[in-house]
Amino acid sequence: MESCPSIKNILLLDSEGNRVAVKYYSDEWPNNSVKEAFEKSLFSKTQKTNARTEAEIAMFESHIIVYKFVQDLHFFVTGAENENELILVTVLQGFFDAVGLLLRGTVDKKEALENLDLILLCLDEIVDGGIILETDANVIAGKVASHSIDAAAPLSEQTISQALATAREHLARSLLK
Amino acid sequence: MAQPFLKKDDDHDDEADYSPFLGIEKGAVLQEARVFNDHQLDPRRCSQVITKLLYLLNQGETFTKVEATEVFFAVTKLFQSRDLGLRRMVYVIIKELSPSADEVIIVTSSLMKDMTSKTDMYRANAIRVLCRITDGTLLTQIERYLKQAIVDKNPVVASAALVSGIHLLQTNPEIVKRWSNEVQEAVQSRAALVQFHALALLHQIRQNDRLAVNKLVSSLTKGSVRSPLAQCLLIRYTSQVIRESASNTQTGDRPFYDFLEGCLRHKAEMVIFEAARAITELNGVTSRELTPAITVLQLFLSSTKPVLRFAAVRTLNKVAMTHPIAVTNCNIDMESLISDQNRSIATLAITTLLKTGNESSVDRLMKQITTFMSDIADEFKIVVIEAIRSLCLKFPLKHRSLMNFLSNIIREEGGFEYKKAIVDSIVILIRDIPEAKESGLLHLCEFIEDCEFTYLSTQILHFLGIEGPKTSDPSKYIRYIYNRVHLENATVRAGAVSTLAKFGAMVDSLKPRIFVLLRRCLFDTDDEVRDRATLYLNTLGADGAVVETGEDVKEFLFGSLDIPLVNLERSLKNYEPSEESFDINSVPKEVKIQPLAEKKAPGKKPTGLGGPPPGPPSTIDAYEKLLLSIPEFANFGKLFKSSAPVELTEAETEYAVNVVKHIFDGHVVFQYNCTNTIPEQLLENVTVIVDASEAEEFAEVASKPLRSLPYDSPGQTFVAFEKPEGVPAVGKFSNMLRFIVKEVDPSTGEAEDDGVEDEYQLEELEVVAADYMLKVGVSNFRNAWESMGPDCERVDEYGLGPRENLAEAVNAVINLLGMQPCEGTEVVPSNSRSHTCLLSGVYIGNVKVLVRLQFGIDGPKDVAMKLAVRSEDEAVSDVIHEIVASG
Repeated sequence: MESCPSIKNILLLDSEGNRVAVKYYSDEWPNNSVKEAFEKSLFSKTQKTNARTEAEIAMFESHIIVYKFVQDLHFFVTGAENENELILVTVLQGFFDAVGLLLRGTVDKKEALENLDLILLCLDEIVDGGIILETDANVIAGKVASHSIDAAAPLSEQTISQALATAREHLARSLLK
Repeated sequence: MAQPFLKKDDDHDDEADYSPFLGIEKGAVLQEARVFNDHQLDPRRCSQVITKLLYLLNQGETFTKVEATEVFFAVTKLFQSRDLGLRRMVYVIIKELSPSADEVIIVTSSLMKDMTSKTDMYRANAIRVLCRITDGTLLTQIERYLKQAIVDKNPVVASAALVSGIHLLQTNPEIVKRWSNEVQEAVQSRAALVQFHALALLHQIRQNDRLAVNKLVSSLTKGSVRSPLAQCLLIRYTSQVIRESASNTQTGDRPFYDFLEGCLRHKAEMVIFEAARAITELNGVTSRELTPAITVLQLFLSSTKPVLRFAAVRTLNKVAMTHPIAVTNCNIDMESLISDQNRSIATLAITTLLKTGNESSVDRLMKQITTFMSDIADEFKIVVIEAIRSLCLKFPLKHRSLMNFLSNIIREEGGFEYKKAIVDSIVILIRDIPEAKESGLLHLCEFIEDCEFTYLSTQILHFLGIEGPKTSDPSKYIRYIYNRVHLENATVRAGAVSTLAKFGAMVDSLKPRIFVLLRRCLFDTDDEVRDRATLYLNTLGADGAVVETGEDVKEFLFGSLDIPLVNLERSLKNYEPSEESFDINSVPKEVKIQPLAEKKAPGKKPTGLGGPPPGPPSTIDAYEKLLLSIPEFANFGKLFKSSAPVELTEAETEYAVNVVKHIFDGHVVFQYNCTNTIPEQLLENVTVIVDASEAEEFAEVASKPLRSLPYDSPGQTFVAFEKPEGVPAVGKFSNMLRFIVKEVDPSTGEAEDDGVEDEYQLEELEVVAADYMLKVGVSNFRNAWESMGPDCERVDEYGLGPRENLAEAVNAVINLLGMQPCEGTEVVPSNSRSHTCLLSGVYIGNVKVLVRLQFGIDGPKDVAMKLAVRSEDEAVSDVIHEIVASG
């Protein structure tokens, strides 16, 4: 238990157990078919539970898994058997809320797929190789959404639409806070 | 970026599950990736294509080597664009493509430029990407930037560098260790997560240096740690320090306990829980220390958050194994959790209650569990069954209600593992609680009437054959067994025939009826069943009148095979069909594994039917190989025995040394395992100078020094002695570690050229009589004892003087002789005034030895012992007596 808390995978599945976006940090799942089998059985084990208001938790194949559902999206975070459950749930909540901010409240599969780039960047900002990078949803979403142009670039390179998009994003985020 | 990327397909109608990736295809996307090569880059479009590529990868699509390389080269062109969003996607896809070393070179310069950019986001991400894909050679080039980044004022950049450091420590420890000054500075950072990452890295750099970890913990526990995550880490490190220092503080307060207790009042639940768990896991935790932790966990039990309830109940469940009393306060909260929506929580609550419950609450609990069992998964049911089994062993008086419970649930639907757990539990209860035997056997009989698992049926039939004939009315089981002969598959039928034969052999009055049944089996369709029936009819003497079953027939039916199955299998494979029939006596009986029968498996948790035998210890093989590889020892012959390592230094000294004694027929080799725990030193020419003046029969013949012993990588040095062949010579040896010590510069890892000779006193080492005895168990002690015969038996009585209790006396003799206790006789029931202990072993020269020890308490605390030895050699029997007489 001297080790740093670590995350084995983060999964975002749809209401049929299909992948929206997944990221594995542990080599316990050596290939895609093993990963898919894990996702399928995890999904069928958890699908009947009510994890909509509060995050739920399960022991599964000697992992601890915390999960939360919204609309047709199922969020999972997996950690080792002896991991502090509350650390895992903090990561889950960070991911969940950051996705909520990035999708501006409309959190469903369609919206998630249409903004898949944001979801992937979000995963990239939460955990790096199993080590927790950031858990604060506002910071994560902030890092992902900072889509302005390179500060060093001359202003003229920004198109009107880019400028508008940036402005809209800032406005939306300030409204959501 | 909120718009769908794909041009909507013409035939697309607005379905509910419309996906922007509908009909996506790898080939088309790879075509699209050509836009990366355009002169006028369209960042938005490029981003979309990267997203599609990432989507494909995420769905498990794989790119061929050529495809991946092509995409990678195209992506590198995108570094020209200054669009931040696109650059982020470029970073992500480079990590996903994990390019090969020769490809990495292409992006190295771009990434290094980003690493020194003014834009924080570039710096942070470029560091993460570069460290992910780089190999050691490049690392030295960018090391300077990484060190700067660690102390960067932007927390994202600092975290990126620190986390990369944690990853790199696995592959390039010597480089990362040079950053400790910067990391140390980062630990003081005001940014919460930087502190967390810095602390994790610093601890990993220093984890082998106990003193440094100790210092780190003492300074941080006084100061303020900002992030809850860092605080959790600190708690983990603190419990490590407590664990390692525990041995020197017998009395008084535990160091740092106050810190842990203080963390119970932290505002973050994560920290409170980490601290509570750390306290419950302290070695030898007292109930006073436990109380505050239990109190906060109890509060968590009634939380609205399932995760908190789960965490608390899981921890309390563990505590209940060692400190059931401490958890009883939570029983009321725990009972309300039985109906928890989350079945994991409910199961943990139930099993905790079963552990902490008292005799009076058993019935009430069982009622609650019965309603609960039907709606949980098999794996949880097994946990519950195991808890019920141990509860029943704890309160044997309650066996009736618990047995009823088991028999009810065994009738319900369930998988193999679940049914096996129930059957195992019933079997164990039958063995351990005599009153439960008859009802338990009947439950098993009923179960096999309708059992779909061949394995379980045959195991139960076997068990019935052993236990059934000993009951008051054996005839009532016959019907159940004979039914199997009618209704089952061949395997079960054959098992049932054997069981019938056992009844016939043991119960003379049943014999005629058994013969009738067995004769019917002669017409079975299966060879094995017919063969068995014929065999048993003949061995039991069905042709003559009713005769007393001979002792040898019983032995044949009930005796266990005293030949290890592995050896038998090997011999049978080697056997070539010829005139000469296979001789079972030619099968070697010496085994590397101890043929402990499953029933006598040691330990408190009895295994049920056919528990797996303990795996073969491979260490002796490894030792033998190691020794044979050293030319000086190659002619010593076969290794007889290697002892367990004996520590020759105190814990936490500069050099850690333990010794393994290897016994050969005419030689003894001491293998000294040395570890250097000082990072600033390199030891060379390490030898152990052994003074054998107190061991007259030994003469040193060879010594093999260890050329170099760097920090923290164990090495071995050997010393060999000659001794009279076959004689169990004993003696004391004093040891001195001699070596040349060289200073090591910690920053470069290079040693100085000049060394100083030095010595280090080690503790004494003894070769004792037990070193010449191999622990080899026998599966059936009585059989082995009888077959050995009284020819070489030596019996004598000894007074062992005053002892604390019988158990202590028994242990002392077992340790003195170094033999394997058989049939669990090493365990002495508390308060008993007499005890018989059975030992078995192989003495040097491959002489089998069996010992029967009878202990009795004589007067107030005086223990007397009768020692009976049987062996294949009188002289050896005498030697055993000498050992005891002189011990």
